[in-house]
Amino acid sequence: MKSGKDFLSDQEVRWCPGCGDYSVLKQFTEVLAQMDADPANTVVVSGIGCASRLPYYVNAYGMHSLHGRAPAVATGIKLANPSLDVWIITGDGDALSIGGNHLIHALRRNVGVPILLFNNEIYGLTKGQYSPTSRAGAISKSTPLGSIDHPVNPQTLALGAGATFLARSMDRHPAHLREMMTRAKAHGGSALLEIYQNCNVFHDGAFEAFTDKKTQSDHAIFLEHGQPITFGVDHDKALWLDGQTVRIVSTMERPLSECWIHDETDAMKGFALARMTGEVRPFGVLYREDRPIFEAQVHAAHAQTRSLEEVLALGRTWTVE
Amino acid sequence: MTKIQSHLVVLIAGDSGDGIQLLGSQLIRAAAQSGQDVRTLSDFPAEIRAPQGTVSGVSGFQFQMASEAIFDPGDAADVMVAFNVAGWMKHQGKLKAGGLLLASTDGFDARSKAIAGLPADAEPLADAHSRFQVLEVDFKKLTGEALKDSPLSGKEKSRAKNMTILGLLTWLYSQSAPAMEADLKRQFAGDLGEANILAFRAGYHLGETAEWTAFRREVPQRKAQPGTYKTISGSHAIALGLAAVARQLGRSVLYAGYPITPASDILHELARLRPDGVLPFQAEDEIASVTAALGASFAGSLGATASSGPGISLKGEGLGLAVMMELPLIVINVQRGGPSTGLPTKMEQSDLFQAMYGRHGEAPMPIMAIKRTGEAMFDMVLAAKMAVESMTPVMVLSDAYIANSAEPFRLPDLAGLPQITPPHADVQRLPYARDEHGVRPWITPGTPEGMHRLGGLETEANTGHVSYDAANHQQMIRERAKKVQAVTRFYGPLSVEVGAPTGDLLVVGWGSTYGALRTAVEALRDAGHAVTHVHLKHLFPLHPDFFSFMEGFSQIVVAELNEGQLIHVLRSQTTRELVFLGQTSGQPFGALEVQQRLAQHLSDA
Repeated sequence: MKSGKDFLSDQEVRWCPGCGDYSVLKQFTEVLAQMDADPANTVVVSGIGCASRLPYYVNAYGMHSLHGRAPAVATGIKLANPSLDVWIITGDGDALSIGGNHLIHALRRNVGVPILLFNNEIYGLTKGQYSPTSRAGAISKSTPLGSIDHPVNPQTLALGAGATFLARSMDRHPAHLREMMTRAKAHGGSALLEIYQNCNVFHDGAFEAFTDKKTQSDHAIFLEHGQPITFGVDHDKALWLDGQTVRIVSTMERPLSECWIHDETDAMKGFALARMTGEVRPFGVLYREDRPIFEAQVHAAHAQTRSLEEVLALGRTWTVE
Repeated sequence: MTKIQSHLVVLIAGDSGDGIQLLGSQLIRAAAQSGQDVRTLSDFPAEIRAPQGTVSGVSGFQFQMASEAIFDPGDAADVMVAFNVAGWMKHQGKLKAGGLLLASTDGFDARSKAIAGLPADAEPLADAHSRFQVLEVDFKKLTGEALKDSPLSGKEKSRAKNMTILGLLTWLYSQSAPAMEADLKRQFAGDLGEANILAFRAGYHLGETAEWTAFRREVPQRKAQPGTYKTISGSHAIALGLAAVARQLGRSVLYAGYPITPASDILHELARLRPDGVLPFQAEDEIASVTAALGASFAGSLGATASSGPGISLKGEGLGLAVMMELPLIVINVQRGGPSTGLPTKMEQSDLFQAMYGRHGEAPMPIMAIKRTGEAMFDMVLAAKMAVESMTPVMVLSDAYIANSAEPFRLPDLAGLPQITPPHADVQRLPYARDEHGVRPWITPGTPEGMHRLGGLETEANTGHVSYDAANHQQMIRERAKKVQAVTRFYGPLSVEVGAPTGDLLVVGWGSTYGALRTAVEALRDAGHAVTHVHLKHLFPLHPDFFSFMEGFSQIVVAELNEGQLIHVLRSQTTRELVFLGQTSGQPFGALEVQQRLAQHLSDA
């Protein structure tokens, strides 16, 4: 039986002490061990940023590519060899700013790659500028007066792009994070897993309400397919869909059977969950659908090919004796 | 009595919607099949349906057919077909004195004159009669009469005008009418097919009926090398080349492209031809196409991508990554007029500096140039051999002229293609351990025990780990450069096209100017001048024999379609005086003009 350590490379890990990336790396290698992954058949592709250093630390094939371009690199890898187990490692700046276009197209094509998006709402490697997911008003080195930009919501963006799998987890809930990584891989197609990851140097505590054990139960909803969406200490709160409006209700006042039962395959409700960017946010699989995988379709469409001799003979030819 | 003529240059000008490119293609295919050598030059606006009847919307198709081997589409036209007054206004300067103008008078009416910006009382052909032979035919009316019983709409009928003109040209230039009809029938079916044949016949019979025998010309057949032929464009030839690469490499090629004129046709051709081992992929942008190709190369396919100048700029960062990771990659630049969107459908050789110097950091890569359509297929195999066997990206320069021009192509004996042998993939050796040519192994994902990580950060010698060490960076920069310099082992002999190894004048060119330069140099040699033409296939590294060869000449002219790029590169490596001959008009060199400019230089010396 493999252990997570079998999937660590011999390279020294160089993230800042206390960085949330350590937990993600640990859960990732443990998940690879749990699924008995073949290191020789595993390829970890990243862009640029703190998170994107991860492939160097994994005992597998890896490519630390260009800023934002990991989805395109991964698409090329999967087209060349669909049997490889390819993972994308990216961050909020990498995936949603400079690489936004590639993310959109990988998602809508449904390339068979899980995408682990480390969201820390800051540019870490470039030392502290606001990122596309930073909240309006965020104070950073490049926004000393507070940022003006409205932040991008990775979940609604992905749904809009035609993603077939959306999930969210966090660095500080290892069991949940491992479960979501496992499910993202099992999905088969493009699977966006947004991971709330703490940057303790430039944006410490960004997600504390969701990750701290003391406050978590009142802010983080852990979704389960087919179950009522409840949260709070003793699950005393639930979500209720009042027409198209999401309301938080007390389970004392409203029977669970009337509350919102989570259905991972419901796109409209998935969108409602994805739009929850306030003090209460959902974690787990927000939405999923089955759709043919891009690289398999491409290869099926190109199954009928011609030899070079046949290609040369195409068109109007004539012979000189 | 049909007059025999060894060379005939025909220029057809009209609206971009007139079907001129189709008309021209039919004629050159017929000429090539009947044994004449042909070369073409297409000139069309960037707009798909440019404003009808305007001078800016004129589309042109020039071809030369000859009873001997030729290398360029000819200079001044013996014959011009003007579909409308705008076509005549734009191109009249290209018709030889005494040449034949075939004017479609329906395109010279008051409305056509107004659209072309002429006053109603203008007589654009008044002057023509004294300078040229002029045949005026209302082809629209003739076509309409021929198709009076056709169920096609009036608009569809008038579109068949190009077929009527094709009929007349077929008669005038002694091509086989049955063969042409058979060819048309293969392409067009139903009512349209029938209408095309009727229109074609109307044009063909017009020549006979009008007894225009004095205008008839016949270009004798030449003795072509035995074999099977077809006419191909440069884009088709590059697609064939990529198919040949997959065959010779024994691995698949991922061709990732993004639509851009004039490179898109390579993607179209691969999607249409579906050759074994080549997977075409239309990426979301230029950056995605180069990085997807790199991903494919990491995974054990050979990645290939193409674009034109602006797209190559976008790919620049990816090319730097390819240099750093030392993965094989084919990058084709189908150059056009720049900078920026520039002249998307016109030709220019102004991206050599970009190819040489357009990357960040010390990022050398081999650079080749395709000189003619007929060699493009073999150039692609050579480029791939260099890329794979040296683990390096290779830049191949083509241009709009090569992409769009057609020539007869003898289908090659595939047994003559070189094998492409990937470097060793021994997992016992480190990922950046170099062989005797400085080449690292190509160990691809899926190989047991070969796990390693590539990236854009500087790599440690041998291990490939990330390294910020100063001495290592210096060492790796030099090792990468040395590896690229070593690709000269794949070069054939220096391409001396015409002439002796010593003489008065050496003409140096590269890329698609080949035909015009060769024709000009041959004419000068026929006139007794000691001129030699060298056409560089390899622009970086240069051929090892080039500078010593240069010493055999008292004067050296560098001819290129830019404001002085190759000459600048050469001047950085030699103290010899070099003379520049260039232009940036979006048009190819005319052989005659080059000949005159070279002759001027010879007489000045």
